[in-house]
Amino acid sequence: MAGQALVRRYDREFALVYGSFGWAATAALGAALVLAPLWLQGYFLYVASLIGTNVVVVVGLDLLVGFAGQISLGQAGFVAVGAYATALLSARAGVPFWLALPTGALLAGVVGWLVGLPALRLKGPYLAIATMGFGIAVQQVLINWPLVSGGRSGLMVPAPRMGPWSLASDTARYYVVLAVASALVMAAYNIRRSYVGRAWMALRDSDLAAQTNGVDLTRYKTLAFAVSAAYAGAAGGLTSLVLGYLEPNLFSFLESIYYLAMAVVGGLGTVSGPILGAALLTALPQLASRTREYLPVLYGAVVLAVMAIEPWGLYGRWLRIKRYFKTWPL
Amino acid sequence: MDLLLQYAVNGLATGSLYALVALGIVVLYRTARVLNFAHGDLAALGTLVAYTALTGVRLPFSLAAMTGLAGAAAVGALFYAGVVRHAREAAPLSQSIMTMGLALLLGGLAAVGWGTDIKAMPFPLSATAVWRLGGLVVSQLHAGATAVAAVLMAGLYLLVQHTRWGLLMRALSENPVAARLLGVRSDRILAATWALSAALGAAAGLLLAPATLVDPFFMLNPFLKGFAAAVMGGLDSPPGAVVGGVVLGVLESLLAGYVSVAFKSTLAFLLIVMVLMARPEGLLGREFQRRV
Repeated sequence: MAGQALVRRYDREFALVYGSFGWAATAALGAALVLAPLWLQGYFLYVASLIGTNVVVVVGLDLLVGFAGQISLGQAGFVAVGAYATALLSARAGVPFWLALPTGALLAGVVGWLVGLPALRLKGPYLAIATMGFGIAVQQVLINWPLVSGGRSGLMVPAPRMGPWSLASDTARYYVVLAVASALVMAAYNIRRSYVGRAWMALRDSDLAAQTNGVDLTRYKTLAFAVSAAYAGAAGGLTSLVLGYLEPNLFSFLESIYYLAMAVVGGLGTVSGPILGAALLTALPQLASRTREYLPVLYGAVVLAVMAIEPWGLYGRWLRIKRYFKTWPL
Repeated sequence: MDLLLQYAVNGLATGSLYALVALGIVVLYRTARVLNFAHGDLAALGTLVAYTALTGVRLPFSLAAMTGLAGAAAVGALFYAGVVRHAREAAPLSQSIMTMGLALLLGGLAAVGWGTDIKAMPFPLSATAVWRLGGLVVSQLHAGATAVAAVLMAGLYLLVQHTRWGLLMRALSENPVAARLLGVRSDRILAATWALSAALGAAAGLLLAPATLVDPFFMLNPFLKGFAAAVMGGLDSPPGAVVGGVVLGVLESLLAGYVSVAFKSTLAFLLIVMVLMARPEGLLGREFQRRV
């Protein structure tokens, strides 16, 4: 979608990591993330966990918006489904966390599949309204259903145990978030280069042409919603772990907008872009918390600036810089 | 039966304001193909400007209201001229995200400038003075708001259908490239459309202010309702926006009266989705008819 770097051979398109530089960079990034708790403590580790959580939502959202060309203004609703399912299963039903989280994600995926059904007929802003309605409905149901949400006072989620470890420290939580986020990001890179990813991109570019080429629109559109919602659900489970409490206001319409802004600022239609966008727009408010009053101003200005300077987002700018140096000094 | 009528009349009053918000969204979407998420914040800003003109500068209400409309219109036009105009290559979704950025920016600036406390807007019409028509009770405020909204809608209709400016707007909406080739100054028309849309929003904000009280974010909910109404009616159809707004208002009022106050918005959205399943381009929209 964005200006892709020049591709000379097809195996490059299909490779997950390409070339010795690619491997070195990936290994360095992996090592840095694993070793991060050595020099990040307390609050910063918590921010890193929040970033990981949002990366999962936004990468999942981008599979839907950037790859399959659908839209969702109700992503926070799926996050809520996953969050409450995970929290209630592990806190009240005594299901172990490693089982509760995937179950929550799966449940969100099923809900996503249902919400995706209108997408078979609706497009653009009309689909946006349908998904927005879903997001708002989830929040209202939570507010008015104290049995599930603990009402206005919220739902406390005691630190779950995973085998011999209690996930009470920031470090333990960080590693759980890192493991889940890495696995899901890896899965997204793989979906991109699989026939599913190609089917999504085909129906994004022209649903008519995709259909004549044998892409089953019904199946792949609803699949995109289900997968995207499952990502959001998994992130919801992580949210319940990282925050330790849940309240309906964490899943408002504005959150859905923030997720979409992260994806677009990072660069739609790529996997790396949303990661950058989620990292930037999650860290920014946390690190600038001293000027809390001006926070929305700052946030809005950054979104505007990125969009005005580089419509393809941060990752698009990165590709342009890379291409410039590849052909340098020409 | 009287109760049913009463709910319907109350709904009509709210619905006409939803319709006004929806009209602002539709006017802009039709001409510029931008879904403006900052519509509510532009409206709130205009209302706050009017509030200051009224309580701080002590202008008479009509002048203060004009100042508010002009303020919102100026910010809308400036945003087009300063930002959107330079991002023409951006996809529609990216442009909508830019308006989300603007929404955050304006909301934040308004919160810093006016504070987040809730303000009571002095208003010439009273919500407690009522007229009784048979068994019906109509408050002065409801009647006045509905009347003003109706006048504005009629004015907009005349503007779009019977003036040169409206003709140029329609030309741009039909085919922007051809319109530009034929000498339509698209930048001017689009900036004016942004201003018009923002002023319509501010008008709705002013009419809503006495009922909802004013803070920097008081237009979020009305904006979402107006957006939903616009989509239900068909985003490219101004009459659709009016129909959508009124239907949504009445529907909500009836649901709140007979089913559940807490879930009225949820149920209303559910019904909108059902409408869209039957007519994907909205009640009166014609956007997706295409030749294959």
